[in-house]
Amino acid sequence: MKKKKLFKRKLANHIFRIFSLLAVLLASAAMLVIVSHVIRAGCKALSPGFFLNPSKPYGVPDSGIANALLGSMMITLGAALLATPPAICAGIYLAEFRDHPKVTAVLRFSANVMMGMPSVLVGLFVYILMVVPAGHFSGLAASVALAIIMFPVVMRTTEDMLGMVPYALREASLAIGMTRTRTTLKIICRSARKGLITGILLALARVSGETAPLLFTALFADSWPGDYLSGPTPNMPVLITEYSTNSPFAAMHQAGWGAALVITVLVLALNIGTRILFREKRHAP
Amino acid sequence: MTVHFISEIENLNMLLLEVTSKAEHAVYQAIQATLSHDVPRAQKVIDSDDDIDAAEIRIEEECLKILALYQPVAGDLRKVITILKVNNEIERVGDLAVNIAERVFDMASYGENTVEKIDFEEMMSKACGMLKKSIDSLTYHDIETAAEVISLDDEVDKLHHDAYLFVREKMLKYPVQAGYYLDCLTISRCLERIADIATNISEDVIYMEQGKIVRHLHEGEQK
Amino acid sequence: MPLKLEARNLNFFYGSQQVLFDNCLPVEEKKITAVIGPSGCGKSTFLRVCNRIFELYRDQRAEGELLLDGVNVLSSEIDVLELRRNIGMIFQKPTPFPMSVFDNVAYPLKLHFKLSRSETHNRVEQALRGASLWEEVKDKLKASGLALSGGQQQRLCIARAIAAEPEVLLMDEPTSALDPLATGKIEELMVELKKRFTIMVVTHNMQQAARISDATAFFYKGIIIEYGATTRIFTNPVNRKTEEYITGRFG
Repeated sequence: MKKKKLFKRKLANHIFRIFSLLAVLLASAAMLVIVSHVIRAGCKALSPGFFLNPSKPYGVPDSGIANALLGSMMITLGAALLATPPAICAGIYLAEFRDHPKVTAVLRFSANVMMGMPSVLVGLFVYILMVVPAGHFSGLAASVALAIIMFPVVMRTTEDMLGMVPYALREASLAIGMTRTRTTLKIICRSARKGLITGILLALARVSGETAPLLFTALFADSWPGDYLSGPTPNMPVLITEYSTNSPFAAMHQAGWGAALVITVLVLALNIGTRILFREKRHAP
Repeated sequence: MTVHFISEIENLNMLLLEVTSKAEHAVYQAIQATLSHDVPRAQKVIDSDDDIDAAEIRIEEECLKILALYQPVAGDLRKVITILKVNNEIERVGDLAVNIAERVFDMASYGENTVEKIDFEEMMSKACGMLKKSIDSLTYHDIETAAEVISLDDEVDKLHHDAYLFVREKMLKYPVQAGYYLDCLTISRCLERIADIATNISEDVIYMEQGKIVRHLHEGEQK
Repeated sequence: MPLKLEARNLNFFYGSQQVLFDNCLPVEEKKITAVIGPSGCGKSTFLRVCNRIFELYRDQRAEGELLLDGVNVLSSEIDVLELRRNIGMIFQKPTPFPMSVFDNVAYPLKLHFKLSRSETHNRVEQALRGASLWEEVKDKLKASGLALSGGQQQRLCIARAIAAEPEVLLMDEPTSALDPLATGKIEELMVELKKRFTIMVVTHNMQQAARISDATAFFYKGIIIEYGATTRIFTNPVNRKTEEYITGRFG
């Protein structure tokens, strides 16, 4: 009697393990297939010129993606500068100062809603808010759109990371005579430092690939991104879209894939690098 | 944890009751031997003292074990300490029974020539009664009985004093039998000491219950 | 013996639920007072009233008086930051700050005093010596406080607490997260420290309370059932509930 039961249990265990393994392989395989396709399709386009030359209309020699890379960096950095300070402050407020439960509830609810909003809507919103009154596209508008997307994510990770700091540490800081503010800024934030930075970087990585908002705000230009504030700004996602889908020429398609490869590598590097660098070191007990 | 501790204490109580009845029995046998000059009986009492000594050691080891392993406090601590002390007192009772039994050898040498003997029945039954009551008061945590025992000590003291006067008188009257009467005095003193031991045990019981050390007080207060 | 701390009719509430009822407790100067009782009886809560650390939480409030040298620390006129400099607290789980060993101990000095670099260094060394930690860390003052062992971290917290020269030390089960060897070191340290500070320690471990304290208070369901000299409480307690608790009949 007993033997049979054990056999059944072991069998069930094995079956489940195999299914789990298959699921993992499937997911990894999907990613590997995509990445390998991107590599295969895009590597032909890579060359020193590709990275150093700005983009040019079809037919013009020495075309590259340098301006788009630079433009993307400027836009993303701008978004980070706009979103991070208020998001961190909001996260700190939610985690530390729960004085008004209604305010907290409203903040959290809004953040959840914002995180669920399609990015194309955000782009449209900024289009109406900034592009139409100004009469022109701009990199700044793109930064604003990306910042709106980044804000709730950074706010939530900040709140979560701060929440993981044990309460005893707060009490210990107060117990030696520190004020609440000092405790929060000097001790709690410092304690959660790694988690906070990781949250920001990962949000950045996520947002740097958003295409829809950029279509409405920065659009594209075949020039260096000097018109960040007052004109369309070149950027990677829109370049990829334009070259891959809106162009009939094979050479442009190839360049598009090349750009896709570059952006994939950058985002992967940012993700993996962040997780390795800011991994929690375990201290010996 | 407490359940084990309580059963250990129960076990200790049992052992103490056993050794007490052994000691009481020894005193009884010894006194009977003196009355009939029964040498073999006296010898048996002397030989059985080894059992009492062994029991005393066993109880002491049990107490030490409980103190080390359970680290009792408050009432539990006082109980174990009291059992430890009482154990020691009971062993002395056994020794006193041996002292009494040893007198029999000497008394027997006087044969049936002894003119007037002392009857120790009353003193023995009073002293042994006190002993039994004092152990009961320990087992049942009964302060009233303990107090009763303490007050009975005076009666035994009086009997001892009477015995002393009797011996003094008879020694003058029958100087040849002086040795015999001296033995009687020794026996009386042993019984008086047994009564004192019972009193000590009762004082220990009062400490155990009330946490107050009342030794050396009772002459004035506990009347 | 002068009273350093005295609680008079102290009541404490978590929201609408009362957890401390009319507590009156004297705490003698430069002695160790142990607070014992079963889980949830309010002993930690009582400790946290003494330095008003409960004010971190909105719905907790205290009523009554807690006198430090005769002055009620619960009144709104008291400078809470100065109070907390004067009454140090050590928690169950060691809580070193995320900075170097030196900075951990120097922090309260920076906070409350204006000291030169050499003065700070001296005070830090004194505090570490006072916590029996100097010899073990003097070569790694720059190492992170989190890299120390559990027992060392707790002694670091003690050093940090005594650096600002308080008069009272509150300890909430300071050794329950530590192994027996580390516990022993801290207990020895506490007996040393009582020469300079008044100490109040909450403990689950009755043997510990018996070993190191001069006076003991027994809490049960928010009420102080009995208070007295430790020797008396552990040999002959007056209250039956106290007797039952310390002999392990409950709790």
